[in-house]
Amino acid sequence: MPTFVYMTRCDGCGECVDICPSDIMHIDKTYRRAYNIEPNMCWECYSCVKMCPQHAIDVRGYADFAPLGHSVRVRREPEKGTISWKIKFRDGREKDFVSPIRTTPWGSIEEPEDFPAPTEEEFKSQDLWHEPAALKIDALPTLAGKEKA
Amino acid sequence: MPWFNTKRTITVDADVLVIGGGFGGCGATYEAGHWGRDMKVVVVEKANIERSGAVAQGLYAINCYMGMHWGENQPEDHVRYARNDLMGLVREDLGYDIARHVDATVHKFDEWGLPMMRDPETGRYQREGKWQIMIHGESYKPIIAEAAQKSADETYNRIMVTHLLTDRKNPNRVAGAVGFSVRSGDFYVFRAKAVIVAAGGASHIFRPRAIGEGMGRTWYAPWSSASAYGLPLPIGAKMTQMENRIVLARFKDGYGPVGAYFLHLKTYTKNAYDEEYESKWYDDLKGMVGDYIDREPVPTCLRNHAMIQEMKVGRGPIYMETREAFQDPHKEQVGWENFLGMTIGQAVVWASQNIDPKERMSELTTSEPYVMGSHATCSGAWTSGPDDYAPADYRWGYNRMMTVEGLFAAGDACGGTAHKFSSGSFTEGRIAGKAAVNYIKDLGETPQIDNAEIERLKAVVYRPLETYQVGRNEIVAGTVSPSYISPLQGLQRLEKIMDEYCGGIATQYMTNAPMLDRGLELLEMLREDLDHIGAEDLHQLQRTWELHHRVWTSESVTHHTKFREETRWPGYYYRGDHPKLDDDDWHVFTLGRHNPDSGDWEMEKAPVHHLVDD
Ligand SMILES: Cc1cc2nc3c(=O)[nH]c(=O)nc-3n(C[C@H](O)[C@H](O)[C@H](O)COP(=O)(O)OP(=O)(O)OC[C@H]3O[C@@H](n4cnc5c(N)ncnc54)[C@H](O)[C@@H]3O)c2cc1C
Ligand code: SF4
Ligand code: SF4
Repeated sequence: MPTFVYMTRCDGCGECVDICPSDIMHIDKTYRRAYNIEPNMCWECYSCVKMCPQHAIDVRGYADFAPLGHSVRVRREPEKGTISWKIKFRDGREKDFVSPIRTTPWGSIEEPEDFPAPTEEEFKSQDLWHEPAALKIDALPTLAGKEKA
Repeated sequence: MPWFNTKRTITVDADVLVIGGGFGGCGATYEAGHWGRDMKVVVVEKANIERSGAVAQGLYAINCYMGMHWGENQPEDHVRYARNDLMGLVREDLGYDIARHVDATVHKFDEWGLPMMRDPETGRYQREGKWQIMIHGESYKPIIAEAAQKSADETYNRIMVTHLLTDRKNPNRVAGAVGFSVRSGDFYVFRAKAVIVAAGGASHIFRPRAIGEGMGRTWYAPWSSASAYGLPLPIGAKMTQMENRIVLARFKDGYGPVGAYFLHLKTYTKNAYDEEYESKWYDDLKGMVGDYIDREPVPTCLRNHAMIQEMKVGRGPIYMETREAFQDPHKEQVGWENFLGMTIGQAVVWASQNIDPKERMSELTTSEPYVMGSHATCSGAWTSGPDDYAPADYRWGYNRMMTVEGLFAAGDACGGTAHKFSSGSFTEGRIAGKAAVNYIKDLGETPQIDNAEIERLKAVVYRPLETYQVGRNEIVAGTVSPSYISPLQGLQRLEKIMDEYCGGIATQYMTNAPMLDRGLELLEMLREDLDHIGAEDLHQLQRTWELHHRVWTSESVTHHTKFREETRWPGYYYRGDHPKLDDDDWHVFTLGRHNPDSGDWEMEKAPVHHLVDD
């Protein structure tokens, strides 16, 4: 099934509904809790799992080819800038991994207004924004005048 | 009555409208925000821009980076590489353009906070291969979405764009787009001077290998719904190389990536009898493609061919030998994190089947075909090239402008430019973003939209909800109705047609003219049946319009496949009636267009200009 939701943990906040790229996490009208309405359109992308504040969502590998008894759990901590994984095999073996997710504070990317407005000359040149500086070479390369004979 | 609103129309005016907030769309939005400071830049996304598109779960590598400032590669080298991999046929002007700009894009990603791995000795970005650099990319998408949103005047999430709008006076000029909110049900009309289509590639055109609960575990995301082609095709935009679908050799069932395994971990493949098999197929391939088999590196499709044939003759499964590499704890960590960072489903498969790659090998297989333009394939729109060097017949307007005025393409949407991947798609979006602003600056009269056309489209967009309500009352219960089919039933019909007639897994990627003709006949009937899709709710209405876009794309793919009378990319697909590569007649691009007036598909050839020497 891909994702499923534990009844006792979900509080119906809707974060998973908001993030799922496939639009398949919906709130059940009777129980007011989330569930996967279309498991066969789930990519096991874990976007909803990472987002759930209650850790109420888990994944059970697709029935077509994944035998029962495994689990791949995740905890994403944006404030700490890390993501942690715990993999449990069907036979009980476990593996743990931790990776960084970002090196700067969230929201710190600047806006166009923080930079000088483009000049008329820049509009006409082939340079994109921040070029050539961001290329870290003197000038943008071109094929002009270099056409193959 | 449904609880949602299908009556209200919300009109949004924009200068630049970006459709799709994935890598191409975020690049376009980011760049247009800078050049168009006094213009209104709007991005519209069917999901949530923070986790939408092919990179929703993250990536573990940036696959297109030159490293010009370290003297690692030059843009010319990348053109040679992509040309070689695509069996000679790429738009070299466009490919060079991406390659010359891409380093600046990657340096910005680094600055924004994407964790880059570095070589401890040189301090440079850690290379995975000649073009790839390694990252901790779990948050790759949220980071670039943040940059795009800082540049956008407005972002609209959960709007499924269904149609493009054209100018009342000039039907070959774009004027905006319409769609609906998958949450509120409101109808959205976006009026714009320039439109950039960056709506990603296509999965679920061909029947996938898992067809039960696991049908969503395709290699390309199930939400890659072909809108990049399904939007421009109906208004007459020209496409190129739509026959050039891609088949991926990947870990079985989870479609876990193999790039890092081959390039960084140095694992290798063998057949079930412990034999190296690629060299066995050398003579066979030489007979089909001639000297192309002698190129370095061996083109992706030809390596697929060897794997497919080896399995066909009964020496499968094909295995990835991981046991030696995984004894090294660093490599073991990279191997697992590679999956967790971009294809978590593969880790789930291995955990469930007790596969510890340290102890046992793992099966590989070839996927069903996908239609896209940013990987080792280049399907997409035929666009105008860069001003400073594109050959005259590749240049009719602004950079990345399609054959429809004011309509631009980036990422999977843009044809002829293989091997751009995430960084190149973002870069191409930036190129299109600047060009679109320049287009608007030079524009005289603002395009005008016919209100009657908007009302007509509104009725068309919501009709599946009515069809369901009326038809549902005819039957007691269940899913079988004589009056409608569900979007899933329609999708499964499409996948079966494409699989069996257009070179899917059912025929081991084989097709021919009579099969393609039969496929077209069945597609035509499916297209008629699209008027009878019944949608229970807004979610199914989204699925209905995704299906429309997939069907348009499939027709285009089938016409292109029929037009190219050769087997150019064995391992991607085979024309049984033209089993060899034919450079005399087919060292050309295929261009295809649906003529909106006559309803005919028009096919032609365009020359391949080689701008970079061998
Ligand atoms: C499994 C996998 C592994 C990959 N590995 C790598 C790698 O290691 N390195 C690398 O550099 N690249 C990699 N790629 C490639 C990379 O993801 C793509 O090249 C890139 O995302 C293409 O960008 P795009 O903008 O064309 O499409 P996308 O990023 O998919 O964006 C398309 C956007 O359009 C939206 N959309 C679609 N239809 C509509 C509509 N009708 N209305 C509104 N919005 C719509 C979608 O929701 C999505 O947000 C990988 C891809 C996959 C799937
Ligand atoms: S995010 Fe978690 S708690 Fe909130 S609705 Fe979804 S499953 Fe329930
Ligand atoms: S894993 Fe991804 S596709 Fe599946 S329900 Fe969660 S967010 Fe949606």
